[in-house]
Amino acid sequence: MPLYEKECERKREKERKVFLMQLALFIQSVINGLNQGAIYALIALGYTMVYGIIRMINFAHGDFIMVGAYTLFYTIPLMISAGMPAWLSVLVAILVCVAVGITVEVVAYRPVRSQGSMTALITALAMSLFLENLAMVLFGANPKSVPAIFTLPTVSFLGATLQTKYLLTFGIGACMMIALQLFVKKTRMGKAMRAVPQDKEASTLMGIHVNKIITTTFAIGSGLAAVAALMYCSTYPRCTTDMGSMMGLKAFIAAVLGGIGSIPGAMVGGLVVGLVEIFVKVYIAPGWYEAITYGLLIVVLLVKPSGILGKNIGEKV
Amino acid sequence: MNANTKKSNLIAYLINFIGILLLFLAFTGLFKSNLLGARTSYIMGICTTACYTIIMVASLNVLVGVMGEFSLGHAGFMSVGAYASAIVTNALAGSGIPAILLFIIALITGGIASGITGILVGIPALRLRGDYLAIVTVAFAEIIRVAFCNFEITGGGRTMSGITKLSNFYWCFWVTVVCITVMYMFVRSRFGRTVKAIREDYIAASASGVNVTFYKVMTFTFSAFFAGVAGAMYAHYMTAMIPTNFNFNYSAEFLTEVIIGGTGSFTGSIIGAAFLSALPEAMRQFSIYRMLAYSIVLVLVMIFRPGGIFGTYEFSLTRILKRLVSGDLFNSGKKKALAAQAGGDIHE
Amino acid sequence: MNEQSKNITGTKEPVLKAQHLGIIFGGLKAVDDFCLEIGESELVGLIGPNGAGKTTVFNMLTGVYQPTEGSFYLCGEKMNGKKTHQVVAAGIARTFQNIRLFKKLTVLENVKVAMNMYMHYSLASSILRLPKYWKEEIEIEEKAYELLDIVHLRDKADFIAENLPYGQQRRLEIARALATGMKLLLLDEPAAGMNPTETAELLDIINVIRDKFHISVLLIEHDMSLVMKICERIQVIDYGVTIASGKPEEIANNPKVIEAYLGKDDEEVALPC
Repeated sequence: MPLYEKECERKREKERKVFLMQLALFIQSVINGLNQGAIYALIALGYTMVYGIIRMINFAHGDFIMVGAYTLFYTIPLMISAGMPAWLSVLVAILVCVAVGITVEVVAYRPVRSQGSMTALITALAMSLFLENLAMVLFGANPKSVPAIFTLPTVSFLGATLQTKYLLTFGIGACMMIALQLFVKKTRMGKAMRAVPQDKEASTLMGIHVNKIITTTFAIGSGLAAVAALMYCSTYPRCTTDMGSMMGLKAFIAAVLGGIGSIPGAMVGGLVVGLVEIFVKVYIAPGWYEAITYGLLIVVLLVKPSGILGKNIGEKV
Repeated sequence: MNANTKKSNLIAYLINFIGILLLFLAFTGLFKSNLLGARTSYIMGICTTACYTIIMVASLNVLVGVMGEFSLGHAGFMSVGAYASAIVTNALAGSGIPAILLFIIALITGGIASGITGILVGIPALRLRGDYLAIVTVAFAEIIRVAFCNFEITGGGRTMSGITKLSNFYWCFWVTVVCITVMYMFVRSRFGRTVKAIREDYIAASASGVNVTFYKVMTFTFSAFFAGVAGAMYAHYMTAMIPTNFNFNYSAEFLTEVIIGGTGSFTGSIIGAAFLSALPEAMRQFSIYRMLAYSIVLVLVMIFRPGGIFGTYEFSLTRILKRLVSGDLFNSGKKKALAAQAGGDIHE
Repeated sequence: MNEQSKNITGTKEPVLKAQHLGIIFGGLKAVDDFCLEIGESELVGLIGPNGAGKTTVFNMLTGVYQPTEGSFYLCGEKMNGKKTHQVVAAGIARTFQNIRLFKKLTVLENVKVAMNMYMHYSLASSILRLPKYWKEEIEIEEKAYELLDIVHLRDKADFIAENLPYGQQRRLEIARALATGMKLLLLDEPAAGMNPTETAELLDIINVIRDKFHISVLLIEHDMSLVMKICERIQVIDYGVTIASGKPEEIANNPKVIEAYLGKDDEEVALPC
């Protein structure tokens, strides 16, 4: 009976379409998740580096990214009008961020470093508030639209669209991670960086200039923040004065999840947080996705505070 | 503490009560006499704002100054109190209950709701310390905010309005006095002493027979309770609110006020909170510079005076009276302050 | 706790009975097969080179670490698995190798904190300042002063703990431990960093404690003169293992003990004939 066969054929066609849509959605979620994750990973690298050396959570790290983003907002048009590729402005952003980072460290963190972690935490918080409100005063509360940085093609496959600039984000993240890991493990300065948190006095006795190391660490962390700002703005071309604290918290969650102090951990943590966020947003409950991310942090801190790739350090009685 | 110090403590309580009563009469006189003219209700409003800010800052100080731990999510507890009390009073609206009773029900509901949240948050969170605890409190506060944005009964992410206006300054003044008194009595008791010991060295406290987890959760809940009361006051003053009012920035503001005022000093919290809540109104045209100024002051305080402006100093009416009686007024350092309660000797 | 294990009436159960206690940290056996019995009012010394595991034994006996093998009993009651504050409530108190005082609290407050478990007035009582609050606070203060008398710190009652000189801080720690009302007191190097006068004072205090309170004491010490003078029995451990146990004279001449402290000599020392 041809009519019955046609019905079956139509049904099968419909099922195939639904399956392809689901597949497309899944792949798109993976792509978006990985991109989001790579951005978090870049930011988390900065947190983890600073924590690994001076055992302090730099609350203001997210705001360094905000500084980078605003720098990009102002310099990209200049670059374009000078006929140069937009992404070169990241060099200016790096300079600005490094300057800000070093200033913050020398002016605010160094004087209170000897006074215990509570004081350091509050000072970091104060610096974060300072940067955010300074930006508000200087740039106004309205969000700024950053012009497009990369004009790269978009690829479609299996119904999902992949913007190739995502690959750039991912690639840069991976390169940074590998470069940092090599730096810390193989170079003399990197070894010095690993010695300082183990024993500050002994490090000084060994001829390590502790202040210089710490300042360098901050410089590297801030520079990373500028690169993270570039990748963030290429995906979400908007900057606001509070973008730093929102992202900073999520990236901090990523760093803790992967194991704070561990550079590959920051990468792993970032990707996990990015994927979890997107998947929860798409599949589970769009209004609750932030809560799930925070919930994840709480669970990790209670179950395995050293994170996925981190090591446990107990307290001596 | 012996029979003599007990007597002097009781006398001190009486003196302080009289002092507060006089202060209340002064305020009443100021407002009822219309001395301030058209600005009377505006200034009364600021004073009411100061009241719940004082409760918030003092309750956070119990956590930060006395127990020595951070909470960057205190506004979260405030929001629980605010929404819980608003839901209850909305349900009871039009039932003919006198306003003052409704107000008390609102405050108690807010406090209890927040207290329960405090226990639920405290039990897992207080296993951590320092930086990690601070971050976890932020996480919990954000979860609360997201939850309120998603529940219909709390407005579903939009403004919840139409809350009965119950917070008038005269009631709020006495609620604040009661709250501060209760917190003060807690700190000057075996509970406060034990919690301070935990702050100093939790391992030694444990080795002295103290159930550290129990006292930590208890103090955390105690602090959350008062944040809930403050939240209820807030809700019934503002009559409208949205979950993003209680965001990280608000929590950070409270913590800043605690630190600047002086961790461990109720006087510092009261003066700090009162001053800093009056300030935005006084500096209306400079409002964008307000948080900027806060953060600079905070950094300066951290570098030069980490204990805060008042440190652990407590204003003492009895001390001043004693000096007056013995004729030694010059060294008293008396300040014009809002409700301040401290008395008794160190022998408590 | 049943009647039988109440030691004051003089019963069969020793105050402390440790049986084959051991603990492994990440593959390394820090303490192995530790056995010890202490009777009422006995003063036992625990000695051994640095890193031998003495403080680890203390940590096990106070619930800071949970032993991975063996068990220990206080007056017949099994203590394994109890948390520190529960162990303290049952009757074992300790002092610390690196003094752990409540630095910013006064001397008197330091002692009062340890008596918190004997205070029962509720939160409501303290807020409303009910009679029970006043009664208990006054009682506790009297008892606290008595304890400070024993360690000769009564006149320093209002001093901030961190402002005390080192020797007095150590004595304060002892007073605080006493305040818990323990049956067994673990002293971790109480004479460390003290000069001879202070050490003599410490000896007096320990004797007074034993006479007045009938408590048993387990003492970790490196000051051999103090150990020899005051301990009735000594147990020696090295690398987590008990190598000798007995009276002070026996221990002093035990070759294994000498070897543990001084190392083995390859050559015989030629004695003058």
